[in-house]
Amino acid sequence: MGKNPKIVQREDVVVKFAGDSGDGMQLTGSQFSDTSAFIGNDLSTFPDYPSEIRAPQGTVAGVSGFQVHIGHKEVTTPGDQADVLVAMNPAALKANMKWIKPGATVIIDIDNFDNKHYKKAGYEEDPLHDDSLEGYNVVKAPITNLTRDTAKQFGLDQKTADKTRNQFVAGMLYWLFNRDIKLGEDFLKDKFKSKENLVKANMAVLHAGYNYAETIEALSTTFLVDPVKNKKGLFRNMTGNLATAWGLLAAAEKAGLKLFLGSYPITPATEILQEIAKRKHLGAVAFQAEDEIAGICSAIGASFVGRLAVTTTSGPGLALKSEAIGLAVITELPLVIVNVQRGGPSTGLPTKTEQSDLMQALYGRNGESPAIVIAASTPANCFDYAFMAAKLAVEHMTPVILLTDSYLANGSELWNIPYTKDLPEITPPLVADNDETYQPYLRDPEKMNRFWAIPGQEGLRHRVGGLEKEDVTGMVSHDPMNHQVMVTNRQKKVEKVADYIPQLEIIGEPTGDLLVIGWGGTYGGLISAVTDLQKTGLSISLVQFNYIHPLPKNTEQVFAGFNKRIVCEINMGQFAYHLRSKFQQYEFLQHNKVQGLPFFIAELKEKFIEILEGNHQPNE
Amino acid sequence: MAEGKIETGTLTRQDFKLDTTVKWCAGCGAHAVLSTIMNALPETGVKKENVVFVSGIGCSSRFPYYINAYGFHSLHGRASAIASGVKTANPNLSVWVMTGDGDSMAIGGNHFIHIIRRNINVNIILFNNKIYGLTKGQYSPTTPKGSITKTSPDGTIENPFQPGELTMGAQGTFFARVVDSDPKMMKDTILKAAAHRGTSVVEVLLNCVIFANDVHKSITGKDVRDDHQIFLRHGEPMIFGKERNKGIRYNCNKMEVVTIGENGITEKDLIVHDATDPDDSTHYNLVRMGLPEFPVAMGVVRAAESTVFESLMHDQVQEAQKKTKLKTVDDLLRSGNTFRIDDE
Repeated sequence: MGKNPKIVQREDVVVKFAGDSGDGMQLTGSQFSDTSAFIGNDLSTFPDYPSEIRAPQGTVAGVSGFQVHIGHKEVTTPGDQADVLVAMNPAALKANMKWIKPGATVIIDIDNFDNKHYKKAGYEEDPLHDDSLEGYNVVKAPITNLTRDTAKQFGLDQKTADKTRNQFVAGMLYWLFNRDIKLGEDFLKDKFKSKENLVKANMAVLHAGYNYAETIEALSTTFLVDPVKNKKGLFRNMTGNLATAWGLLAAAEKAGLKLFLGSYPITPATEILQEIAKRKHLGAVAFQAEDEIAGICSAIGASFVGRLAVTTTSGPGLALKSEAIGLAVITELPLVIVNVQRGGPSTGLPTKTEQSDLMQALYGRNGESPAIVIAASTPANCFDYAFMAAKLAVEHMTPVILLTDSYLANGSELWNIPYTKDLPEITPPLVADNDETYQPYLRDPEKMNRFWAIPGQEGLRHRVGGLEKEDVTGMVSHDPMNHQVMVTNRQKKVEKVADYIPQLEIIGEPTGDLLVIGWGGTYGGLISAVTDLQKTGLSISLVQFNYIHPLPKNTEQVFAGFNKRIVCEINMGQFAYHLRSKFQQYEFLQHNKVQGLPFFIAELKEKFIEILEGNHQPNE
Repeated sequence: MAEGKIETGTLTRQDFKLDTTVKWCAGCGAHAVLSTIMNALPETGVKKENVVFVSGIGCSSRFPYYINAYGFHSLHGRASAIASGVKTANPNLSVWVMTGDGDSMAIGGNHFIHIIRRNINVNIILFNNKIYGLTKGQYSPTTPKGSITKTSPDGTIENPFQPGELTMGAQGTFFARVVDSDPKMMKDTILKAAAHRGTSVVEVLLNCVIFANDVHKSITGKDVRDDHQIFLRHGEPMIFGKERNKGIRYNCNKMEVVTIGENGITEKDLIVHDATDPDDSTHYNLVRMGLPEFPVAMGVVRAAESTVFESLMHDQVQEAQKKTKLKTVDDLLRSGNTFRIDDE
């Protein structure tokens, strides 16, 4: 029997797995997350990987990470810094030293800590023998050797055997977190299904890791994180991209339309295309086009013939789609454009997060070309906003740009699974066959949308196109006054959407010293920082925008309640600029960051306190 | 594909006539294409509500505004991409892409080759006047080398594309060539294109009276056309000429023009046109034939069978729907790893 460890009850714990791209850290992270979800912890995860598939082994550039934040309390971010770090090699340690908490438990594979690996990682001194790890609980585990010893009996070659090292790590963590190891076994059985020998080998290594952790002196304390409070029902661990795909599928079903996705592979949006391609059983068609332009154009063609049409992309792809979005604007066809933002400009940081496509979404087209712009704010609510994007596009007959980002797309959280019957209805403005009153640009008096007559329908033949059309009749028109009318109509139609979207909800008091303003994917960090400060008695509230264009109707009223307002975004101030143009009577402070990283709670709190204490230097 | 078939003879040209002013220049070859298609459509057996014209930008691409059908005048070069979405989303529609040499060979070259590669069942009518007309006379990718245009004051220095070569290079299953001045040839060919399962490309050698007048005259001129064109008929030997005494044969794997009756040449030595040959090497040679060595090939050069993208796609959809246990989105949301959390 093992020792008698001290069990510490924790409200939340952050674990980071880090190793080479091929070390299976994403898998171990997922396994740990699933087990946590199974026992009822709240959770938020974030993978952090290089843009190369297999960057050079052992180098800092090649480190792939997976961070999991689990909680008895509600968790809204993957956490600023880790309580437990697993570093499979010196590069993984080096890359993550600044992301771990003082006193953190650092589990290293001691078998990889040699001069060869130090050199690759760019260490000049042996980090285990200088004072850089002072104050941490370093667990030097011979992971590689013990794994090889265990895997030997299954006749695996060394390469395959080494691939099971992540299960040694998993086993250690099951022990460290007082988890039933059977959950890890179930995960492996499901993962490797028919490959019986691999299941056995991995399970043996899992147990070896568990037993090792139980034996060694270095681990004298274990964590216990109880099931989350205030959550009840059926949940799943949901990433933003999966949620986006499923939200679109749900909208198609709800609207009684078939889903058509025209898309082109691009990081970090590709998973949406991959997911829809798997959903033919729900009648969905995914058309992998020859380029970004054909992606959106095929979708516009599908929209013309009555499909729920969607294109998915990331920043550079959105740039290529600009002209076609204008075509959807002028033909007034429903279209959802999902832009999973990443670091830019140009190819920029393909695997890192940023919110710098806001201006592009709002204004990046020729002519007066208004589109609805909305943004998801958590991995799971990508489902809701993908659904809403489709609803607004179809009911208002206009393109809708849905902004998510790499952080939401790849991150995950627990999602309380809804029933589609509880989702809002979607009513496409269809036309009956042979309706003699039909004219292509006749409008609904309330929403100002035109109506959707579908090729194949009798008695409704008509023509649309990129040339300006005469009001009501839809004939080509170059008449000056008509152009004024049509430009105004298209603008008013989009502005009227404000009557059909929810009002802003203030988190905290409706009046006070400081209003923190965020939009989209920064919600997790902002809500954590703001609620923490509220608990200390500070007069601070948060408002997170999901609807960017048009803005919710109570926006000004919300702004009016505060002495100061600060707009926080992962860009150089695009939303702040937008708000200033709309609300010139207010001053907007800014907090901006463009490091390919999300906000950290600590940095936000520091910033807000600085402002509340009056030490803030404007325009810094 | 069903394409909502009806009895032929129920519709007439009048069913597609639109009460509008056609704004092409007088004498433009596009008028002939419009007239021919209006004559041909009633004979395709497609319901008038199922006909969709998609176009890009350029003179050719105004076409949808002049015919009573569902129409989409889209973006420069993108007609094939939009039509791919139209046809994939609803294979029951009869889809026509109306495009020009600038639209399809330059800015839309990528979409052109990929719709052909996928073999999506649409009819591409390519108005090839070898010039940018709507922007008033710049050279296009099909302009003959050396031509003086507004952007090539010293003559073009680019090698032109042959649309037929691009079609073959993209594994095209149907390619035909017609001239704007022969409405009967055009109508017969367009009906064959409409009947073909897969992407049909019909290149219309079209005269721009304003910016490239008579660009095709060496092919289409009344005095030369019989000697400078060969009209290909599937299953028949390749004979042409005013006297019908010239033909094309293979000599050591190279095509050559021969005269029947000279050097012992008989009809039997000539190549018999097989438009359906899966091997496209002869079709490729045929589309490359040009003056002065060869006559220009007209009619259906290639009409081969292959799988059709949207049919395979819908087969996969049906198969998946038949097999699945996840019939609804609610089923999907509850599939795989889910966790029940009970409040304590």
